[in-house]
Amino acid sequence: MKEYLGNIYTALYTIFVGMKITFKHMFVPSVTIQYPEVKLQLPERERNRLYVNMDDCIGCDQCSRACPVSCIDIETTKSLPGEDLGKTSNGKKKALWVTNFTIDFAKCCYCQLCVFPCPTECIYMTDVFEFSEWERDRLVYDFATLTPEERQEKRDNLAKFNAEKEAEKLKAAAAPKPDVKKDEPEVK
Amino acid sequence: MMYDFLVDLTGSPILSGIVMSLLPLFTFILPFALFAVYLERKVSAHMQDRLGPMRTGWHGWKQTIADILKLIQKEDIVAKDNDKLLFNLAPIIVFAGSYAAFAAIPFASIFIGTEIDLGMFYIVAVTGLVVAGILMAGWASNNKYSLLGSMRSVAQIVSYEIPTMLVMLSVVMLSGTMSLHTLSEMQTGNILNWYILGGPGLSLSKFILIPFMFIGFLIIYISTLAEVNRTPFDIPEAESELVSGYHTEYSGMKFAMFFLSEYANMFAVSAIVVALFLGGYQSPIGYFGNLIGAEWLVPFEQFGWFTVKGVFFVFVQMWLRWTLPRLRVDQLMTVSWKYLIPIAFVNLLIIGLISIL
Repeated sequence: MKEYLGNIYTALYTIFVGMKITFKHMFVPSVTIQYPEVKLQLPERERNRLYVNMDDCIGCDQCSRACPVSCIDIETTKSLPGEDLGKTSNGKKKALWVTNFTIDFAKCCYCQLCVFPCPTECIYMTDVFEFSEWERDRLVYDFATLTPEERQEKRDNLAKFNAEKEAEKLKAAAAPKPDVKKDEPEVK
Repeated sequence: MMYDFLVDLTGSPILSGIVMSLLPLFTFILPFALFAVYLERKVSAHMQDRLGPMRTGWHGWKQTIADILKLIQKEDIVAKDNDKLLFNLAPIIVFAGSYAAFAAIPFASIFIGTEIDLGMFYIVAVTGLVVAGILMAGWASNNKYSLLGSMRSVAQIVSYEIPTMLVMLSVVMLSGTMSLHTLSEMQTGNILNWYILGGPGLSLSKFILIPFMFIGFLIIYISTLAEVNRTPFDIPEAESELVSGYHTEYSGMKFAMFFLSEYANMFAVSAIVVALFLGGYQSPIGYFGNLIGAEWLVPFEQFGWFTVKGVFFVFVQMWLRWTLPRLRVDQLMTVSWKYLIPIAFVNLLIIGLISIL
């Protein structure tokens, strides 16, 4: 009988204890974060979408070689002797036209390995991580600043320049060469 | 009375009967179910320090409307080996059972479906239909979880009907009536006339009655909670063990019918508790309409009081749901047969003795 009444007491008492706790929690501010409107601060070393500052890019291809999944595709075209491409922000002289610089973020594994080799620090991680797309093709980002016409022009220019050079070379080869003994050491 | 008024207005008893029978559904049960589902989600969310629905409308108030629209559009799946007739009939019977109970519930002094003298008896009898519907649903689903769930549900409802009826009987003994309308009328005046405080009138026996009425109130609240399969007595639906019990195989509108009847039932049992112990539609502090001499306002106030009381107890049901874990089957039977029934029986005897003093 004692146990019986004890059970009833425990049951009722514990129910009220539980109800008190749940009632208190009704007025506790909720921990939910209303995501698109409210965003948590990202962690210090987060890795997100890459960005390439093309003003500083010298087209050295080091990021592309560092990439473990080959998602960076760079095509460069040599500049002609007379052309001035300007300088990067840390004083390096640019010598190549970057005619193609695409990063396929569908392939990118966000390892950040491309960021460190860059001599001009022009490729870096941004804080953008919401860039999903319906089409996979749309995840291929083109960073090159030249228009398609300009790119073709640069390529044509180089081809023309090379062709001229080749023609000169042929001309020079056709002319008789002066006889020079290269192998022998000069007599002092 | 509303029915007489409608007969006067339309001149046709059949038409006014139809209107009277559909009125609670469209004016009360559907809006209430929409509101209760929203309330349940919000209450559960806030008790767990979450926010609940927030996207549709201000604080997600349109969420349940969107859910209903979704349920209407959904495909109505009937599996190959289901017993088609029973499968289709079960949600209708369950809903009919829970809806029929509303016929005898007095919403206000002029708004009661039917004024039969055996109101309480009728409610107990007609909610028994729900048991049949649930068993049909479980059997017709041809699914072991559904059948287990419905068997548990039937065992549970049958055993918890006994303490409910014993407590009802003790109130019937005190009041001498089975009509919920008359019962509500008896508890008029002020809060001291409510049956939880010993019933109308002032006498010595009334004060001796108070603790026993309170025990009776607790017992009927617990056992009606079990009758509508709410947590901690939700073993028929037990998501973690039985998928979702007897409505595992249901989809679309049929599932919505089960859902609607669950929420209608929640209010129905709260309404019975309110009508028996807490003055029904009576106001505890008098009527504003009487104060300013606008008699027509009184029924609306009564309706408001009844709704407020009912919704409060629905809220307590939700509160309990998000507080307590589910009982085991043997614990469930222990609670009913070893605790509630003996106590209710002794309580009935004591109240009987006091009432003849």
